[in-house]
Amino acid sequence: MRDAPSPSYHAPPPAASAGPGRRAFVTGAVAAAGLAAVGCGPPDTLISGRTRLRQWNLFAGGDGLRMIEMHEAYKAEHPDIDFRATTFTWGAPFYTKVAMGAAGGRGADIATAHVSRLESLAPGRLLDPIDPAMLAEAGIDDTVVLPNIWEKCFFDGRLYAIPLDTHVLIQYYHLDVCRQAGLLDADDRLVEVSGTEEYFDMLREIKAVTGTYGLSIDTWNPWSNFWSLYRQQDGELVLGEDDYEMDDDKALAAMEVLYRLSEEGLAPRHSMLADTAANLANGQAGLMIHGNWEIPTLEATGVGFSATQFPAVFGNHRTRGDSHCYVFPHQRDRDPERTRAAVEYAAWMLRHSLTWAKGGHIPAYQPVVESPEYDELHPQSEYREAAENVQFEPQAWFSGSAGRLQEEATGALTTLHQGTQTPEQALAQLKATIRELLTVPSPV
Amino acid sequence: MTSQTSAPAPRTSPGAPPRADRDLVDVRRRPTTWTGLWFVLPFLAFYLLFLLWPAVVGLGYTFTDRSLAGGPLSFVGPDNWQESLTDRALYDSLWNTLWFTILSVPLMVLLALGLALLTDHARRLGWFLRLSFFAPFVLPVAVMTLIWNWMYNPSLGLFNGTLARFGVQGPEWLFSEDTAMFSVVIATAWWQVGFNYLLYLAAMQSIPKDVYEAAAIDGAGAWQRVGRITLPLLARTTALITVLQLIGSLRVFEQIYLMTMGGPNFATRTVIQYIYDSGFVGLRVGLASSMAYIFMVLIIAASIAQFRLFSRKEA
Repeated sequence: MRDAPSPSYHAPPPAASAGPGRRAFVTGAVAAAGLAAVGCGPPDTLISGRTRLRQWNLFAGGDGLRMIEMHEAYKAEHPDIDFRATTFTWGAPFYTKVAMGAAGGRGADIATAHVSRLESLAPGRLLDPIDPAMLAEAGIDDTVVLPNIWEKCFFDGRLYAIPLDTHVLIQYYHLDVCRQAGLLDADDRLVEVSGTEEYFDMLREIKAVTGTYGLSIDTWNPWSNFWSLYRQQDGELVLGEDDYEMDDDKALAAMEVLYRLSEEGLAPRHSMLADTAANLANGQAGLMIHGNWEIPTLEATGVGFSATQFPAVFGNHRTRGDSHCYVFPHQRDRDPERTRAAVEYAAWMLRHSLTWAKGGHIPAYQPVVESPEYDELHPQSEYREAAENVQFEPQAWFSGSAGRLQEEATGALTTLHQGTQTPEQALAQLKATIRELLTVPSPV
Repeated sequence: MTSQTSAPAPRTSPGAPPRADRDLVDVRRRPTTWTGLWFVLPFLAFYLLFLLWPAVVGLGYTFTDRSLAGGPLSFVGPDNWQESLTDRALYDSLWNTLWFTILSVPLMVLLALGLALLTDHARRLGWFLRLSFFAPFVLPVAVMTLIWNWMYNPSLGLFNGTLARFGVQGPEWLFSEDTAMFSVVIATAWWQVGFNYLLYLAAMQSIPKDVYEAAAIDGAGAWQRVGRITLPLLARTTALITVLQLIGSLRVFEQIYLMTMGGPNFATRTVIQYIYDSGFVGLRVGLASSMAYIFMVLIIAASIAQFRLFSRKEA
């Protein structure tokens, strides 16, 4: 709204033009002094002889706290490295900064990214390739990472990403509510159901206990839910040059599920951001479909909960997911010593990703996932198979986490929960959106 | 900064100098002019560097396929302009911005006036009212949206929770295409009205007391004094507030982005969000620049039209 005039070029001219007098001069002088101070970098790294390493990341939630914890340990073990990490706002603000830093050839030494965003980061131009041999020397190669994730890290046959984790949608359950509904076995595990009608029956039983909902689900960001349900039926989305293929019947079936969930009152019509976890924590719902990153949130509420894989609504546990990875933003004068330090830092983080797992993400580094320490992590160890059931989106400049497709598809898919459009209407809108994104020129 | 050593000439009075002295004054004025320029220079440099130059560069971008992802740049002629001007979503978002403006400007001008009148008359409680009405203005946008999002929550929120206690099913606030914009406007008014209120209050308190006294002696009642003295003497302030509010409302972005992300189904996506989406999420800076230019032209046109309208009324 109306704050200080912003420097954006569509800013209107000042309403009242007072002559630029003493104040403008002082402002100018102060600003000039500030610029001069920023201009010369901190000299400490040049003198100390330590290797400078700058990392950019997008973790500001519970996972961000785990990353800081890991970085503290990393710094304590590596006094010879001058390491500094910077956290930016998740999503488009972060990717904008990575892209612009790399476009100028002065990006950070290493940055986190979603592997689904690789193509939009223009590998080869904005991202520098990673030497697999150097990475293997540091202990990371295709033998310690799941193959479905590892192959996502390549573009045009070259390695551009080092996978840190897989993160997926999982199903959380409220222990008290589900026990009352008689849906827990002796080990407090949720009984296994398969198929749409069985799943809806289960939700009805839970609703009978809570009196409000059966399932808490994010209606404001429904793309991931849709993609999981679509992929459970083997639905394909093939994005060509200026055309695409989509299975209408399967998309409709997936949309029908979202539509019916809210229409029958088994899930809320509206649930946005923090509402979703709040509904489960308050016992308004017995189940919740959400990302595994919500574990710290629920732990903080103190409510008794556990988690399992995405429900087998269409007979299997496939779930939409993505992978956080490390990438090397393009640097005009890439320094071999710092590059090696960056590779070794990434490898160190992978080897120590048990801490990372506590935030809910499934480590990409298999020795950690197979370790007895991981077995003891609860509920993390309950859904580790989800990493094999992960369903990525097709590669395109507009796909992936916080990408344009996700943002635009939200419009159509939200109406299903609201009940303002039928699945047929929502599908027509979604297809128009995809067609539009395909016909405009690719910016990458 | 280098400083001019020559002493500046004494300022002549603003009125036209006497004819006979004209040549002399002109010669002596020249060093004054240059000294002034040195003082203005830092501001001018920043203005050129951070406002005018980007504006020119941005105009250049509109004729290229400039991308946030870098890459080879090519000239595309009027393609971006053509795509923007035929983009339905752009018009939808322009309408949303306009709708927000139509709803918010009268509300936030009249509300500010009413609150200021109230404060001006309730002298004893003045400090308390000033504090209460202005306090929300200092909240950061993120805090404001967080508070209102929880209050608007259809199942757990303050409003519907209270209504439910009386057995009334509350509206869906931010979550329905019909009510989302109204909800954003109400929250915005609560948050931002304090600024207009302060301008009104300052203007009101600078109206000389003797005018009121004279009117009271002539038998004017309280309502007459407000209608015949206060409001006419506030006309210039009203014009200023309306123009500022209009420009502010047309530039709405952050609270809507935080409260609804433009939803549901783009019912509250403003033009600035659409430009942001096109340029920063969609990476197409050239296209987004052309949209920004279209919007800039509209904002300037609206401001000029309004200035004209108000200055004519005053004349």
